[in-house]
Amino acid sequence: MDRFIQNILKILNTYGASLWLGVKTTIFVAITGTCLGLILGLIVGGIRAIKLDYNASKPAKIGKKIVDFLLNIYIAVFRGTPMMVQALFIYYLLLDFIHWTYLQAAIVVISVNTGAYMAEIIRSGIQAVDVGQSEAARALGMSNWQTMMNVVLPQAIKNAFPAIGNEFIVNIKDSSVLMIISITELMFQAKSIAGSTFLFTETYFIEAMIYLLLTSIAAFILNAIEKKMNNTNISLPQSVTAPENLAFARDNTERN
Amino acid sequence: MPLVNIKNIHKRFGDLEVLKGVDFSVEEGEVVCLIGRSGSGKSTLLRCINMLEQPDEGVIEVFGEDIVHTKDINSYRAKVGMCFQQFNLFNNMNVLENCVRPQVKIHKTPKDEAKNKALLYLDKVGMQDFAHASVNKISGGQKQRVAIARALCMEPKLMLFDEPTSALDPEMVQEVLNVMRELANEGLTMIVVTHEMNFARDVADRVVFMDDGVIVEEGSAKEIFSSPKNERTKAFLSAFI
Repeated sequence: MDRFIQNILKILNTYGASLWLGVKTTIFVAITGTCLGLILGLIVGGIRAIKLDYNASKPAKIGKKIVDFLLNIYIAVFRGTPMMVQALFIYYLLLDFIHWTYLQAAIVVISVNTGAYMAEIIRSGIQAVDVGQSEAARALGMSNWQTMMNVVLPQAIKNAFPAIGNEFIVNIKDSSVLMIISITELMFQAKSIAGSTFLFTETYFIEAMIYLLLTSIAAFILNAIEKKMNNTNISLPQSVTAPENLAFARDNTERN
Repeated sequence: MPLVNIKNIHKRFGDLEVLKGVDFSVEEGEVVCLIGRSGSGKSTLLRCINMLEQPDEGVIEVFGEDIVHTKDINSYRAKVGMCFQQFNLFNNMNVLENCVRPQVKIHKTPKDEAKNKALLYLDKVGMQDFAHASVNKISGGQKQRVAIARALCMEPKLMLFDEPTSALDPEMVQEVLNVMRELANEGLTMIVVTHEMNFARDVADRVVFMDDGVIVEEGSAKEIFSSPKNERTKAFLSAFI
């Protein structure tokens, strides 16, 4: 046991800088991947959720069908294959054309992968928005697009926030598979350290602890944000006969 | 030329025919109450007037415009206000924003002007003090009054009310009906689907009784309530008196 701790300290001492680089890369990839993935998911989920007007032209209706079909394929492919395979395939597929770096490729892969999951998350978030909300917006004269942007999506994002946050935590962990295209994230760094010190157990123990720490911090922050969101705008079902509401009503009836 | 002119509309939901050939018209400045049992097609008829439901057959002309085939449904809808049973205030906005955002987005009104108008109409419905309240923290009656203010902010030429008081507790019904009464007195054209027979009797210029997808009887409030001619109307009204 003493040796185990000594070895851990030794690794931290000697390889602290490269572990720190790994942590920074992992966080960077996870954050950018989640943000870009969310944007992609909003676009894809939004497009899939838009219902064309009854009076939309025939080409528009056919076009929408084709777009929906392509988006479904995108989602099925990226949710149905391992990210490690996606990383390798996309990196080498595009290498000849754009000569990109490993890190650029990693960010693209994790964003596109996350986007597929986010699209489904956003879609279920949209479905959870009361249909009366968009009906009221349309009745006021808002277009499909205005209704989506002003009324439906803001509520859908709020509904989906826990799931979106969860994707971020998943990305912190799953970015480890991107070591396969040699980006210097935590997993890659740990593997190199283990390879040169032959202290496998100790190194991977440190790595696991760092991942645990990162995900715990992320979960803590996400929880705090979620609580704050719920405090500012309660959307739970609420009885209209709650005493304070009755008091409001009484005030007003008197004034009238 | 009537403001709303509906000829022989049919509406089916699958096998169920909800409107079976309805002719209906409303003059400018008129207040018309649609009454009848649940499922008689009154709400569907109302929703057809701003094309939230599309009729399968028939003609709907509003403001002299064929709205079934119009290409620009959004600018037509902006001229027609609608209030729903469930209020449908936007949950992601506070009371004031509910009234401001549609004006800014649809009419492209400058924000300050939109805000002033919103406060004016919120005051009219007695909700100015709640301008910055969250829509989830006000009562049902207050929500419906805000919904009316939101619709009025668009300066509609016609207002549609789809059972505006049916989801309210009894003590909140009057505060909403009072606002509607005021609007009626100001000469706004209104079509109201309602179960509030007293309101219909007091306020409506004309009462239309619907049953089973057709208009069975229509006439002044006095005619319908005091001396209904049709057996079905009599049967329906006897349940209320």
